[in-house]
Amino acid sequence: MKKDIIICGVGGQGTLLTSRILGHVAMSAGLDVKLSEVHGMSQRGGSVVTYVRMGDGIASPLIEKGGADMIIAFEELEAVRYLPYLKKNGHVVVNTNRILPMPVITGAAAYPENLMEILTAAAEVTAVDAQALAEKAGSVRSVNVALLGAAARQFSFTPQQWQEAIRSCVPAKTVEKNLLAFAYGNGEK
Amino acid sequence: MKKLMLGNEAVALGAADAGVKVVSAYPGTPSTEITEAIAKNEPDVYCEWAPNEKVAVEVAVGASIAGARAMAAMKHVGLNVAADPLFTAAYTGVNGGLVLVVADDPGMHSSQNEQDSRFYARSAHVPMLEPADSAEAYAFAKRAFALSEEYDTPVLLRMTTRIAHSQSVVEPDGRTGQTVRPYVKDSDKYVMMPGQARRRHLVVEAREKRLAADADRSDLNRAELRDRKLGVVASGCVYQYVREALPTASTFKLGMVYPLPVGAIRAFAAEVDELVVVEELEPFVEDALKAAGIPCHGKELTGLQGELSANAVAAAFGRPVAVPNAPSDIPARPPVLCPGCPHRAVFYVLHKLGLTVMGDIGCYALGAVPPLNAVDACVCMGAGVSMAHGMEKARGPEAAARTVAVIGDSTFIHSGITGLINIVYNSGTSTIIILDNSITGMTGHQQNPSTGKDIRGNAAPALDFVKLFEAVGVEHIRVVDPFDLPAFEAAVKEETARRTVSVIVASRPCALLSKKTEPPCVISKDVCRRCGKCLKLGCPAIEKHDLMRINPILCVGCGLCAPVCPFGAIGKEEAR
Repeated sequence: MKKDIIICGVGGQGTLLTSRILGHVAMSAGLDVKLSEVHGMSQRGGSVVTYVRMGDGIASPLIEKGGADMIIAFEELEAVRYLPYLKKNGHVVVNTNRILPMPVITGAAAYPENLMEILTAAAEVTAVDAQALAEKAGSVRSVNVALLGAAARQFSFTPQQWQEAIRSCVPAKTVEKNLLAFAYGNGEK
Repeated sequence: MKKLMLGNEAVALGAADAGVKVVSAYPGTPSTEITEAIAKNEPDVYCEWAPNEKVAVEVAVGASIAGARAMAAMKHVGLNVAADPLFTAAYTGVNGGLVLVVADDPGMHSSQNEQDSRFYARSAHVPMLEPADSAEAYAFAKRAFALSEEYDTPVLLRMTTRIAHSQSVVEPDGRTGQTVRPYVKDSDKYVMMPGQARRRHLVVEAREKRLAADADRSDLNRAELRDRKLGVVASGCVYQYVREALPTASTFKLGMVYPLPVGAIRAFAAEVDELVVVEELEPFVEDALKAAGIPCHGKELTGLQGELSANAVAAAFGRPVAVPNAPSDIPARPPVLCPGCPHRAVFYVLHKLGLTVMGDIGCYALGAVPPLNAVDACVCMGAGVSMAHGMEKARGPEAAARTVAVIGDSTFIHSGITGLINIVYNSGTSTIIILDNSITGMTGHQQNPSTGKDIRGNAAPALDFVKLFEAVGVEHIRVVDPFDLPAFEAAVKEETARRTVSVIVASRPCALLSKKTEPPCVISKDVCRRCGKCLKLGCPAIEKHDLMRINPILCVGCGLCAPVCPFGAIGKEEAR
C-alpha cells in the first residue's frame, strides 16, 4: 500500500498527534514512513499542515500539489485551502467545524459559504462532526482521534494495529477516551 | 529496534549514543527539539538552556577542552551570535569531540532571514556534515564526534527545517561507552594570543587540506551512477527531492558539504554528459565546483529563493508535474496572538497611543499584523532595545517620547541587556517594555533564567529583573499587569514622557501556561451596538457576524475585551 495523506487544520487543534498515530500504524504494518511537521510561528492559530507518506522506500518528506490520496481536515476552510494537493478523485475527511481567520474577524474578507460544494465537486467527501463525537467520548480534546477514526475506514490496517498506535502515541491517562473517540469516528459504536 | 523519530530527536540520540556528556543550547526553531530530547530522554547527560547561543557554544568549548564530548545546538541566526567562539575554537581545536548543530530554515517557516550556514564552515575552516533523513541525522551525529577528535576540530552538523522536523525510521546501533579524556594544560593550543594563534592558523590550514583530501575517499559522500546523460550533485533533503523528481538520473550525494570532495565530484562529472548542482539558498557547491574548473549548472535552473521540493526540481528540469486539484481563492489564515495572550493588551495600548514600537524576536512579533499594527521594526534578538536608542539619537528626545522598545523576558536576557546598559551609559531616554510572560513562548515553552526552573523543571534561581535594572542604573522601573488596561496605559504615558531611561515590566504569564479554566465571555445581544471596538483587540475568539459574537470554544475567559467595550456589553456567562 502506498498512500500520501495531508493533515491540515488550525494551529493548536492537534494535527501533530494525528500524524504521529498514522505514522506509527503504518510502521507497525511494515511500511516505510515519513512525516513532515510544522513547528514554531505557524502554530499560533495559523494554518498548519502535516504530511504523512507511507509505502515502500519514501524519499521526499513532502507531498506535492496533485499528489495526495487523502486530506484529513480539522476545519472546513483548511480542507479547501489544501485541496490543490489532492489527486483527482481523492478523498477528503473533513471535520464540520469553522474557525474564523483574522481577515474574516476584522471584516477584510468573508468566510466562504460554499466550502462543501467546492469539496464535493473535487473529491469524495466524508464530513464528520468530530467535536460531537469527542464530547460523546468524554474528552473534547480527542477531536483529532475521532476524525482519524473516520479516516481509518479508508485504510487496510487492523483494529489491533490502530489501537496499539493510539496507545503508543497519546498520554497514558487519555488512552481509554481516545480509543472510544476513535471507535465513534470509525462507526464501530 | 526501528523507531520513528524527528531528525532533531535522532541527532540527540546519536549524540547520546556517541557518549556526549555536556549539551548547552538556546531554543530556536527548527533546532529546539534536539536539546529537549536530551533533557527528556538522557538523564545521564548534562544539559542546560543557556542565555544565548554564544554562551552555549562557549560552555561546549570549555567542556571539550576539559576532555568531554560536548554539543551545542542552535538555529541559523543563533550561529551568528555564536560565530565569535566558533572562529577561534576552530584554531584551538578540541580535546573531547565538539559538535555544533546548526539548523537552517529555507523558506523561513519561523525565521527572519534565509541565511545559508554552509558559509560558516568555509570561513571558519571546519568540516560540516549534512544528513538527508533521520537515520542519517543519527549516524552523522555519531560520526561528527569521531571526526572532531580524529581531526582535532569542531564539527558543524547542518540541519534544515525539513530534516529537523520530519520523522523517518531510525535503527539505533547502540551506545558506546565514552570516557572523559585527561585534561592537560596546553597554552600553545588553547590560549589564542597573536603568537600562538599564528602558529595555530598554520595547523588549521594543514588540517583543512587533510580533510579535503580525505573527503574524496570518505563514505559520507557517494556517487550513484544510473543514466549517464544527467548527473546531479545534492545533499540533505534536496537529495530526496532529486531522487523523487529525477529517479533515473545519476546522483552524487554529499554527506560532507565542507570541505567538498572535489576530486570525487570531478571523477563523477567525467562519467556523465551534464553536471547540475541542485541546492537550496546560495550557490555554495556550484561556485566551489566552478572555481575548481568543473563545468556545471545550478542556480540558473533553481533560483536563490526559498525551499525546493520534488515538483520544483522536476519543473527546473522541464519534467512534467502532477496537475493540482481545483485551486480556490479563499481567505488567508495568518498566525495570531492566542486568546488570552498578555501581549495583546500591550499592543492594544501602544497602538491606541500611536507610539513608534521597536519590536523584537518572539510571538510578540505578531503585534505587527492587523488589527493591532503596533510594531514598526523587528530585526534580530535584542535589537529592539538598541534600535530605540538609535532612533532617539537620530531624531532627538521628542522622538524618544513617542517611541518604546518591546522585548520578551527570554530575549532580553539573550541580548537585550547589553542594549539597555548602552542606553543608561550613553544618557538615552528610551522607554523599554519587558514582555515578561514567565517563559520562552515562541519556541514552545522553554524555561529561562527568569522562570525559576531549569531545563528539566528543577527549581533554579530566578533572575530578578527589578534588581537587575537597578544595578544597571535604571531609576524608573514599573511592574504592571498589562491586563489592567488603565494602569498600563498610564504607566506607558508617564514613562515615555520622562526625559530619562525607564523600564516597564509588563508582567503576566503566557496564556497557554494557565491551567485555570475560566468561563468564556459573552456579548449581550441587547447591549451590543456593533461599534467594533472589541475587534480592535485582534482576538481570534471575537467574531463579527450580524452581531458581534464570542466563540465559546476559543475564548479562555481572560476578560480583556470587557473593559474595551464602551457599552458594557461584554461579561462572563455565569454573571448573566
